[in-house]
Amino acid sequence: MDLEVQGRIKELAESLGRNNLVVLLGAPNVDSSLIQFETVTRGDPTYSGPLTGVELGLDTYHVFEPAMKAMIGGEKYDELLGTLELALEGDTIVEALEGARR
Amino acid sequence: MASFTPVVNGASSVLIHAPGLVRYGSKPWREIQDRPSRLDELQKSLQSHEQAEAYLPNRVFLGQTPISSLYEVERPWYGRPSPLANDRRAFGDFIDERSFVGLVALADVFKHVSLFEGFWQDISPRLRAVPLFQPLATVSPSLVTRDRLRADIAKGDGIALFTGTDSQPIGWIRHAHHEDGSLTANVLLENLCVKVSAALAVRELLMRHPALSEQKVDYVLSCSEEAVGDRYQRGGGNLAKAVAEFAGCVLASGMDIKNFCAAPIPALVTGAALVHSGVFENVVVVGGASLPKLGMKFLYHLEKGMPVLEDVLAAAAVWIGRDDGKSPVINLASVGRHPVRSGAALDKQLKAIVLEPMERLDLTAASVDRFVTELHNPEITVPANGGDIPERNYKMLAAVLVSGGKMARSEMQDFMKRKGVPGFAPTQGHIASALAYLPHAHRELTEGEARNCFLFARASLFLGQMTQLSDGMSVLLARHP
Repeated sequence: MDLEVQGRIKELAESLGRNNLVVLLGAPNVDSSLIQFETVTRGDPTYSGPLTGVELGLDTYHVFEPAMKAMIGGEKYDELLGTLELALEGDTIVEALEGARR
Repeated sequence: MASFTPVVNGASSVLIHAPGLVRYGSKPWREIQDRPSRLDELQKSLQSHEQAEAYLPNRVFLGQTPISSLYEVERPWYGRPSPLANDRRAFGDFIDERSFVGLVALADVFKHVSLFEGFWQDISPRLRAVPLFQPLATVSPSLVTRDRLRADIAKGDGIALFTGTDSQPIGWIRHAHHEDGSLTANVLLENLCVKVSAALAVRELLMRHPALSEQKVDYVLSCSEEAVGDRYQRGGGNLAKAVAEFAGCVLASGMDIKNFCAAPIPALVTGAALVHSGVFENVVVVGGASLPKLGMKFLYHLEKGMPVLEDVLAAAAVWIGRDDGKSPVINLASVGRHPVRSGAALDKQLKAIVLEPMERLDLTAASVDRFVTELHNPEITVPANGGDIPERNYKMLAAVLVSGGKMARSEMQDFMKRKGVPGFAPTQGHIASALAYLPHAHRELTEGEARNCFLFARASLFLGQMTQLSDGMSVLLARHP
C-alpha cells in the first residue's frame, strides 16, 4: 500500500475513530489483498510507511466478500462486478482474507 | 454496386535487429539525456544479432517455430543457444541493422541523412545483392567523409547514427527545419524507420506471394504509429503512400488509419470493405515499426540483470483481395465496435467487441477456434511489473464469455491454452495487437486445421488527452468454405 494512502488512513482513523471506519479493498489478486489487509489491521508488513508498527485493527473487507456483495445487491453486483470477480478468481481472494482474519 | 467476398490472400512479417537505434527509443533517449552514463549501461546489455535472431519469441513471430513452443520451452527464453536450422518456412526475414540503416538513408528522399562513405562501401554490395533489399536500393544516399561527419556532429543540428554497440558513428540525420518540432531529426528518424520497415514487410509480401505484383496493389492502408507532418499539421499523414512508393507499388495510392494500438483491425475492416464494395481489387494493410518503443522497459531489464529485449523493430503486411476460392474470408458481418456509451473497463470493452458480435452471429465459444488480441511477449512485460498481458486478457475474456452464457465456468481454467495465443510479439503496440498473428492466422486457416479466428484490439485513446475513452474493434476470419 503506497505511503500516501497509509498516511491518509492513519489520519482518518485518528480523526474519526477506528470504530467509525471500514476499509473496502479492491485489489486484483491474493497477494496485494493480503498486504493491504495486513497494513490496515496489524501494521505495514513492509516496514516502510506511516502504519509501520501501528495496529489500527480496522474492519476490512474485499469488495468480492459476501458481506459487501449483499450490501451492493445481487443484480447491481453482477452488473458491475460479477465478471471481474470471475476473471480475478475472487473466491481465492475471499478465502485468503478469511484465513488472514483467523 | 458490385459485391466481392474479401479474403486474406497472404501476410508477411519482418523483424529488424536495431541495437544501435535503441538509444533513440523514447525512454532510453530521455534517460540518456538526463544521465549520460545510462548509455553505457544500455550498451552493455544489448543482445548480439545472433542472440536476437535465436530468441524464441522472435522465431515464433517470424513463423520459424510453432507458437506451441512457447508453452514447451521454459523461461528465460533469452540466452539460449541458436537452434541448428529453421524448422519452418518463415513469414519474413530477420534483418540486420547495418542494412536497415542503409535503407533508411535511401528512403530519405530529402537527403537529411548522410552516411559515412566507408560504411556505405561496406554495406552497398549486400543491399544490391539480397533480393529483399534490391528493389529498394536503386538510388544512392548522401555520403560524407569521416572528417565531415565529425564536423556535422560537432555542429549539433541533428543526431548521429550508430549500429550495434560501436561507438563510432556511421551517419548523421539533421533537423529538417530549425523551428519545427514536427521535423526534428528524432521525428524524421522515427518516421523513416516506419517507412523502411513497412516497405520491407510489403516487399516480403510481394516476394512470398508472386500472384501479387507491385502493379496489382491498388491501395495501401498504413496502421502504423507515427505522425508524419509539419508545424501546421503534426499528423498530416499518408505514410502509406510513401511506403507504396518506396516498395515500388507504382499504381497504388493509400492513406493512414489511426487508432492507437487498435489501428490494424479498423484498417483490416476498411480494406475488406473497399474490396467487398469493388472500389479496389487489392488492398495492402501494413503496420511499420515503432522506434519510440525500443527499450521502453529497459530500466527494469537492467535492474533485473536481463538483456534489453526491446531491441527489435517489427512490421507486418496483409494482402486483402477478392475471393480466390481458397484464402481465409474476412467476415464483414462479424465486425464488433466499441460504442461511446460502453464503459472503459476491460470487461465492458470485451462485452462490446467480442460478446456482442458473437450474439449477433449466434456463436458460442465452442464455435470459435482462436481468440486473438494483444500478444505482448511476457518476458518483456513481467519484469517491468506489467504482468502477462495475454494471460490477463484471456482470463477476463473467459469470464466475459461465461457471464454471457457462451461458455461453461468449468472451461475457464485452460481457456488460454485451448482458445488463445501466448505472447510472443515485441512491445511494438499495434504490431502486438493481433497484427502479429495475421501471418499465423493465414497459415492456420489454409495449411492448418483451424476453422476461424476472432481478432480484436483495444486502443488507449485517453493517452492523447482528448477523451477518457478507449476504443476497440473486432473481426472474424474464417477458413474458406
